[in-house]
Amino acid sequence: MSAYLLRHLQALIGCLGRLARAPLPSLLTVTLLGVALALPSALFVMVDNIKRLSAAWEGRPQISAFLSVGLAEADARGIAETIRQRRDVEDVVFVSAASSFDEFKASSGLGATLDVLGDNPLPAVVVVYPRATAQDPASLSRIAEELAKLRHVEHAQLDIAWVRRLNAIVALFERAVLLLAGLLGVAVALIVSNTTRLAVADRRDEIELVDRVGGTGAFIRRPFLYAGALQGALGGALAWGMVGGAIVLLAAPAQALSASYGGTFSLRGMGVVAGCALVGIGGALGWVGARVAVGWQLRRLRPA
Amino acid sequence: MIHFSQVYKRYRNGHEALRRVTLHVERDELVFLTGHSGAGKSTLLRLIMLAERPTRGQIIVNDQNLARLAGRRIAYLRRQIGVVFQDHKLLADRPVFDNVALPLIVAGVPHREIGRRVRAILDKVGLPAKESHYPIMLSGGEQQRVGIARALVNRPALLLADEPTGNLDPDLADEIMALFYEFNRHHVTVVIATHDFRHFQSTEQRVLELRAGELVGSGDVR
Repeated sequence: MSAYLLRHLQALIGCLGRLARAPLPSLLTVTLLGVALALPSALFVMVDNIKRLSAAWEGRPQISAFLSVGLAEADARGIAETIRQRRDVEDVVFVSAASSFDEFKASSGLGATLDVLGDNPLPAVVVVYPRATAQDPASLSRIAEELAKLRHVEHAQLDIAWVRRLNAIVALFERAVLLLAGLLGVAVALIVSNTTRLAVADRRDEIELVDRVGGTGAFIRRPFLYAGALQGALGGALAWGMVGGAIVLLAAPAQALSASYGGTFSLRGMGVVAGCALVGIGGALGWVGARVAVGWQLRRLRPA
Repeated sequence: MIHFSQVYKRYRNGHEALRRVTLHVERDELVFLTGHSGAGKSTLLRLIMLAERPTRGQIIVNDQNLARLAGRRIAYLRRQIGVVFQDHKLLADRPVFDNVALPLIVAGVPHREIGRRVRAILDKVGLPAKESHYPIMLSGGEQQRVGIARALVNRPALLLADEPTGNLDPDLADEIMALFYEFNRHHVTVVIATHDFRHFQSTEQRVLELRAGELVGSGDVR
């Protein structure tokens, strides 16, 4: 067992040595891998931030229940309380007819002209915020329907169109990022495969000789697999760094933008788990790429 | 040690390299394999070390039927066979020590043991104190000695040499041949492919002659 470990250690040290002896080509390969891995990672981080943004900012779906015009305010408040008691409702905001009217007067700019109307033509509104567990489109529709059936509720307006649209856009984007990540993952494996092919060609004499003196396939493959996995993992680490750097550069402008809307949103980068996963995925892709290339080259060396 | 029965080797391009070869090499024997270039000497050696497989026929080396070997068992067979090449096949970017140590490293011999055995074999082939030299710094004869040291460092039961003296002048060639005889006395079975008849004119050893892929006579030509 210790001899086995020793041989793995030898292979690892050997490929580290080769990496150090040819730093420039290795650096180029690792940078290439880093860029290829950074692109989908950055997009994943972006999607993550958009999701958080939409959830924190305007992501709370709401249902506006318009009450009958002319309903006494006390009755209207009673209805609001009834709705608040519902188990799937987190909170309600009651907007009385009078304050609706005042608001409209102020925001429409019609001002005193509206006083001509005499009676307030606007209804009281109960703005309903469903609980997080009831925020999927189906539950929202159901709540709106049930609210509309209540006495004195004229109409329940579900502000769902934009929720659906945003969710659809995010889902589409997420799917696109996943596809892109798949493609770039293949690209990473191919890049490592190609450099491994070159490395194998470069050491062809040595490989043939090791094969002749009784080296097993595993022994011959090992250094290339380590090199491939190492390149991939370094590429993943570089990608992690690139995404981190981008987050640092974008943090201040993002905060400024958020502040201008009165928000307190701040960009979130990759967590340690996601970063380590990226390094791991890079390493795995590198291993696979190297395995394919060296396996293919080895088969040409062996008798049928 | 080596048994061929009715072995044929036909390459994909239609060239028939070996035809109906049946031969036996006993343990601890030293035999010469001769014939013009293209007569099939190299093919025969390549079949023994399982670098190629025969088209037909059975080959048994060191009690192992080669047709039944695959995968890593091919590697284990090769560890029992030392091979000396005409062009040495030394790794130019490694010092002599690393070149000779290669079969031991491949076989997973412990580090300390490697140092001991490499120095011992370099001493035997007459190259002590050259272990840190690079092959390019050595003469042709010295390079071939390194090649022989590498072939024997793993104490193989069988040594195959393909034109081992092809590039050497006669004095050096004689020294190399003397080395082979020396190792043969230490119970290494030796097969030497050569078309230099000087080497076997005056010996008692068996000479196998190939002509256009066929063994001449009973496989015991003098």
